[in-house]
Formats: sequence, C-alpha cells, structure tokens
Amino acid sequence: MATGKGLFGSSLARKYWMALTGLFLITFLIVHLAGNLQLFGEGEEVRDSFNLYSKFMTTFPVIKVVSYLLYASILLHAIDGIVLARQNAAARPSKYVKNNAAANSGWASRNMALLGIITLLFIIIHMKSFWYEMHFGNVPTYMIDGEEIKDLHSITVAAFEQLWYTLIYVISMAALGFHLWHGFQSAFQTMGWSHPQYNPIIKGVGKAFAVIVPLLFALIPIVIYLR
Amino acid sequence: MNLTLKVWRQDGPNDKGRMETFKVNDVSEHMSFLEMMDVLNEQIINDGGDPIAFDHDCREGICGMCSMYINGEAHGPGRGVTTCQLHMREFNDGDTIYIEPWRAKAFPVVKDLMVDRSAFDRVIQAGGYVSVNTSGNTQDANAIPIEKENADAAFDAATCIGCGACVATCKNSSAMLFVSAKVSQFSLLPQGEPEAADRVLKMVNQMDLEGFGNCTNTGACEVECPKGISLENIARMNREYLKASLTK
Repeated sequence: MATGKGLFGSSLARKYWMALTGLFLITFLIVHLAGNLQLFGEGEEVRDSFNLYSKFMTTFPVIKVVSYLLYASILLHAIDGIVLARQNAAARPSKYVKNNAAANSGWASRNMALLGIITLLFIIIHMKSFWYEMHFGNVPTYMIDGEEIKDLHSITVAAFEQLWYTLIYVISMAALGFHLWHGFQSAFQTMGWSHPQYNPIIKGVGKAFAVIVPLLFALIPIVIYLR
Repeated sequence: MNLTLKVWRQDGPNDKGRMETFKVNDVSEHMSFLEMMDVLNEQIINDGGDPIAFDHDCREGICGMCSMYINGEAHGPGRGVTTCQLHMREFNDGDTIYIEPWRAKAFPVVKDLMVDRSAFDRVIQAGGYVSVNTSGNTQDANAIPIEKENADAAFDAATCIGCGACVATCKNSSAMLFVSAKVSQFSLLPQGEPEAADRVLKMVNQMDLEGFGNCTNTGACEVECPKGISLENIARMNREYLKASLTK
C-alpha cells in the first residue's frame, strides 16, 4: 500500500525542491559569472567578444532550453520559499518576549527569506535592464563580419556608470552571498547528502563559493563605475 | 543572590497571557532553577497568590518534563542540560531573568509555563515502534549481530527525552530533530529496518499534520538539545524519506 505522498505535498518534499532548485541556480551562477568576467576587460575586442557571447547565449537552442529550466527554477524556488516561510510563521503564532537566537544559530540561516526576497527583487531589476532589453527592447546594433549584432556591452557599461545602479548591485550581491553562506551546505543537508568525512568539505566549498562568486559579480560594476 | 523574574502568566489555553514581574531574594547559587521556582511559588502562595504552573518530574535530567524558555534559550544558558540541571550559579546577583513557555502552535499553553506536548505522542503513535510478535517466541535481541557504529548511532538517537527544546528553539517551531531521532533509533537497527520506509512516511506525515514548521537547517536545535542529538539524524531522515517517497 502506498503510504507516501510522493515528491509533492509534504514538508520534506517542499524542502527537496528548495534544495534541488537552489543547487541548480548555484551551477547557473558559475556559468553566468564565467561570461561576465569578460567585462573586466576593455576595448573594441572585449566589446565584440562579449556581444557575440550574448548573441550565442540568447540564440543557441540548448542554452534556450536550459534557460527555460532556469526561469522555472527561480519561480519554483521563490514560490516554494514563500509557502515555507508562511507555514513557518504560522507554526509560532505567539512570539517570544525575549529570544536569544544568536546564541545557537547564524544570522544568515535565520534570515534566508529576507535575503531571498532581496535577491529576487534584484533578479527582477536585473532581468528588466538586460534580459528584457536584449529580447524585446531597442538595443543598438552594429556589424561584425557582415552580421548584425546587438550591442549589449554598451548598455551594460552605461548602466554601471550610474552610482545608484552600481549600489543596488553591490547590496544585492552581499545579500546573495549571505544567502549562499547558509544555503549551499543547507541544500546538501536537506537532500540527506551528509557524511562526517565530506561535510567539512561541503561547508568549506560552500563558504568559499558564497564569498568569491558574489564578490566577483559585485566587482564588475564597481570596476566599470570607477573606470 | 537577589533576582528579578519576568514570568509568562497565562490563565488557560484561551487566555492572551502577559509577563508578570517577581522579586526573589536570598537565592542560593547551589539551587537548581526549578528549586528557585519552588521558592518563588512558596512566596506567591504565602502572599495569597496563584502559584506559577510549570512542568517537572524526575529532576535529574532524564524525564524530559521540565521546559521553560529562560533568557531567550530553551532550558536557559547552559549546554547539554535540562532546566532541573541548570543551577543558579549560572546567574549573577541583580540579574533580570525572563521565563517563558515553549512557544509553538503544536504545543498549546495549558497554563503559565506548562504546554501540551502530546503532539509528540501522536507522532510516536504514527510509527515510532517496532511490530513484534510478543507471543513469547521473541528472539533474543543480543543474538542479532549489529555493527558497532550503527548500535552507537541508534543509542545516541534514542537518548532523546522528547522534551521539545528543539521545537521551542527552532525559529520555525520545527520538530525535525525529535522526529529524526525517533526515526533513526529504529531504522539503524535490524529490528526496525524492515518497517523503516513506512515508518518515516507516517511519522513525517503526522509531524506535518500537527502544525510544526519546516526545517531551515539553522542548527539551533542541536545546540540547545539537552541530550546533544545530532543534526546527522535529520540528514538521515531526509535521506530515508526521499527514498521511501520514490519507492512507496
């Protein structure tokens, strides 16, 4: 007799989806960062290679399929996160008058919903600025080897030359960093991928990832702004 | 030492509740926290008041009855202790101490600092047992070889006293540490293994029905657990539930 609810409906199933989508989004960050690193460079060559890369990323069929999986993951991670956070709030209707949470848990781990909301708002702003413009906006074009190429590079540089825009990026990347600081290893624990021998490695890699990746992402607008 | 106590008072399950302030003087540092509460209650009774209701039983750290959220932590500032094992030497003369009940939707307040933890009993009833034929032909447990590592891990999980500190401490009032300890103590042993998949599905299902929150892996439960139950049990339950969900 089937007693389970399968992979939907239970609290643990919701957590599995959080973990799996989270880990998928983490792998996406690596790919995204790899492309962005080009922006540290300067000159015509960098502009051309970045724009050709952008065209490839928006038109290559395999990447297109993966990108739909990515949008679905962001939505599922966000919606599932909101559902979980609401259930969690309902599980304690009467709050403690005095609660010394810092004595037993890390700040990031207690504020995943807040950090996630900041990251989601950032994704919306970010996608409006670049993804939407690239797909539906009026991005200026120019010719490379007889091919019309959208100049996303100029739009990106123009955006990061504004202080407020760069500030939003830096603050958002800090939030993302704290989110990953807890989220990376938490995903492994949720999936039950835990072993005394490997846990220190998972935690170490997670914390290094949480610092290095958002830092590199944040440095790009800073470098362009200061240029 | 002289202390100011801010204690949660709630006349019954439907009362809104409020903090009340009491002064207790000449408290010995050798007293346990519960003994200090006894002194306070005598004082209240002598003044013609209604004594503070709180749970307690064995007063030696194994029954899991004493609760109390003291100065923002389950069982107070000590580590690996229940409230009856917490001594007043952990506090200083002139301190103000906040004392509240476990707060969770699944643990409704009965009165003052007493909460109803029967949600835990229902989780156990859902699957926290081993079905054995008790007709008198039961095999001697010691005749079954058990790997030492598993026996130790099962024993460690079984030291959970079901006090509910994990739920009280968790920002989500999640019962994952308790349920995972109970799941682990059986599934790690050959006697419990055959029913492991059904057990984890049923116990998690009951846990959800009781209105406990979800696990965020903050690790607060492990820190505040008087018996040092490890987060490793939660990982094991996550693993078992996933496997059971895919196969059952």
